[in-house]
Amino acid sequence: MIRTVDVKELTANIKEMCIEAVHFLTPDMKEVLEMAVKKEESPLGRQILCQLEENLEIAGNEMIPICQDTGMAVVFLEVGQDVHFEGGNVEEAVNEGVRQGYVEGFLRKSVVNDPLIRENTKDNTPAVLYYEIVPGDQIKITVAPKGFGSENMSKIFMLKPADGIEGVKKAILTAVSEAGPNACPPMVVGVGIGGTFEKCALMAKKALTRNVNQHSKIPHIKKLEEEMLEKINHLGIGPGGLGGSVTALAVNIDTYPTHIAGLPVAVNICCHVNRHSVRII
Amino acid sequence: MERHITVPMSREEAKNLKAGDYVYLSGILYTARDAAHKRMEEALERGEKLPISVKDHVIYYMGPSPARQGRPIGSAGPTTASRMDKYTPRLLDMGMIGMIGKGKRSKEVLDAVVRNGAVYFAAVGGAGALLSQRIKKAVVIAYEDLGTEAIRKLEVENFPVIVVADAQGNNLYDTAVKQYRREE
Repeated sequence: MIRTVDVKELTANIKEMCIEAVHFLTPDMKEVLEMAVKKEESPLGRQILCQLEENLEIAGNEMIPICQDTGMAVVFLEVGQDVHFEGGNVEEAVNEGVRQGYVEGFLRKSVVNDPLIRENTKDNTPAVLYYEIVPGDQIKITVAPKGFGSENMSKIFMLKPADGIEGVKKAILTAVSEAGPNACPPMVVGVGIGGTFEKCALMAKKALTRNVNQHSKIPHIKKLEEEMLEKINHLGIGPGGLGGSVTALAVNIDTYPTHIAGLPVAVNICCHVNRHSVRII
Repeated sequence: MERHITVPMSREEAKNLKAGDYVYLSGILYTARDAAHKRMEEALERGEKLPISVKDHVIYYMGPSPARQGRPIGSAGPTTASRMDKYTPRLLDMGMIGMIGKGKRSKEVLDAVVRNGAVYFAAVGGAGALLSQRIKKAVVIAYEDLGTEAIRKLEVENFPVIVVADAQGNNLYDTAVKQYRREE
């Protein structure tokens, strides 16, 4: 059965989701932050983590964005193959949602129209939009406004098969060490391993939207996530990069088959304001 | 050590600050980030005066989100300071007393901090809602067309920052991280 969906529904939902994502974190993010306060050994680190908790409270109560960098809107649309859109162009409808959310929600407009000429588009459009066709007749929308303090510290490594798992671990630690205080630690680290150059980057981005309390379903990847979280926290970077035992809140790794000649690894770093809003319509 | 300081501040006060001090600033801050720094540099190259007097003042690397009605400013946390490294030594040599941002600085900036008896503070990145409440007034005073990147004059009260790099050449990012690093 074909289900018809008016693209105006996309616009209305995405508008609300942009506003929601920059003012409220998901419950799992709040949980790991609470845990971090208990785990942190540095007194200054604990003080910073408590400030971050207070900041979340103020953001939600007063409707002030958690962070002034309300990001570039990354939107994932997982569209059931039995959905038929009507009422307009899907891409325009998504951008209209972003426009309304950022303009009416008092969010910062951080997008420039041309990367070299750099004129602000004044409404935070366009979004970075990814489509996936999936079975069914529903649409899963994920809106993840991404700040660039941490985005700028993300990296791709085109490793060779001989580099193996040790190479992957080294790549992740290199990216996090170099990010240091710039990426607003404690961070969430999204990692993509395998696929191609762009596939691993996209996996790393999407891994950031996974619940931070849920590990990979693949046993050896779950083990790698746990090991890397521990190793990252031994780096000493700490909250705000001012020293401490909590440098990352979670490491989420996704994998995909790859070529006999390659081992691509992408590390997408997100700060503690790991924002995403998810709806199924 | 916890301190309360009024800004703008004297060179003597700046020199007394030590990496690791937790400082509450009250008074005037100017905001400027990437685009405003580029314009100020271009103005200086043309031999023009800057739209603000940087002497004894602290520049806050920050571009706020828009203010809701009845509020002076929106979310207002620090941005990554290293993007301003190219422009900073010149401003410090002109008498700027300090900067507030987040993240590491270049050797050229750290040298200029020592040479001038200045200070580099970090504010907590991603605490924009909390920091917003310590800003009592915000007025755009130059480059209004840059939107969030315009230069603003802020009146702040007990604005919390941490001394990262002091005039003696200490750098908290290096020392504190070593203290908590566990060798594998």
